[in-house]
Amino acid sequence: MDEAVALWSYLARDPLLWLTVTLLAYIAAERLSEMAGRHPLANPVLLAVILLSAVLTVTSTPYGTYFEGAQFVHFMLGPATVALALPLHDNFGRVRRTLLPMAGALLAGSLTAILSALGIAWALGVRGDTLLSLAPKSATAPVALGVSEAIGGVPSLTAVLVILTGITGAVVATPMLNALGIRDWRARGFAVGLAAHGIGTAHAFRVNSTAGAFSGIGMGLNAVLTAILAPLVVALI
Amino acid sequence: MIRTLAVLLVFQLAGETVARAAALSIPGPVLGLAGLFVLFMIRPDIADRMRETCSGLLAHLSLLFVPAGVGVTAHLSTFGADGPALAAALIGSTVLAILAGVGAFLALARLTGAAEEPDDG
Repeated sequence: MDEAVALWSYLARDPLLWLTVTLLAYIAAERLSEMAGRHPLANPVLLAVILLSAVLTVTSTPYGTYFEGAQFVHFMLGPATVALALPLHDNFGRVRRTLLPMAGALLAGSLTAILSALGIAWALGVRGDTLLSLAPKSATAPVALGVSEAIGGVPSLTAVLVILTGITGAVVATPMLNALGIRDWRARGFAVGLAAHGIGTAHAFRVNSTAGAFSGIGMGLNAVLTAILAPLVVALI
Repeated sequence: MIRTLAVLLVFQLAGETVARAAALSIPGPVLGLAGLFVLFMIRPDIADRMRETCSGLLAHLSLLFVPAGVGVTAHLSTFGADGPALAAALIGSTVLAILAGVGAFLALARLTGAAEEPDDG
């Protein structure tokens, strides 16, 4: 028994364990998602996060220890973002034909994301720096954190809100847009990317490659526009 | 695969460098994306050679968000009494932003004649 404890305390501190567990949890989440017939609520990010959080709680592992191993996965977000140049290139003809629709959708979606988040939270009694932390929540994490800090929000709270926004977008987009009978993958992808950044884009790629390409563009453009609009909106209210 | 990864990292590094040096609010990887896109326009053959690895990486984009997602559950308590209000704001605002984006896109696509693209779903 003591040996098992000693082995566990050695492994638990080693990055290998948590990197492996992260990959296994993701594979299990993919499986569950397939078994659920790709039901939107069975989103693989959401399922993997729930599984891993349960494991961390049961083993009373602090997040910092977990991240020692998981950081290798986290790191790949940067190169993967750069890799979005490929679907953008592949879809360039379609992109060029829809510059005006994209510009309009970007402006409408970005303003709606900021104003409605602030409006709903304010109406429900949220005030102060917690309220301001909400403003950039549809932008991709690095931009949102910078904006949050600049406008007087709490960056660590914004980080949580950004991730939850992404998961929300990935879960609601498909059933909602199917129910509305919207079949234009360009419009669907673009809107999901601008509203739910990378997690929305990851979902879009799973549904349709054109949607994924347009989602990547929506994410990139809204990162830029949120950095401009959020400080303006906050200055005006 | 290694070459493709090296190219991706070079563009990310270049993007980070430009973003820092010019104090831009755009993240380095997004600038790297733009740079690589320009390269693909000039040399489409490079895009073809990078296709397999890039597609593989993007097919598992979901996995890459898992570590950050686990961080969220560690911080949920920071919401405190504002939890339900913030949840309502997140869900409501995400739904409204998607609807506004889709609506504006479709309306302008119809106006500019870019609508009715064949569905290759």
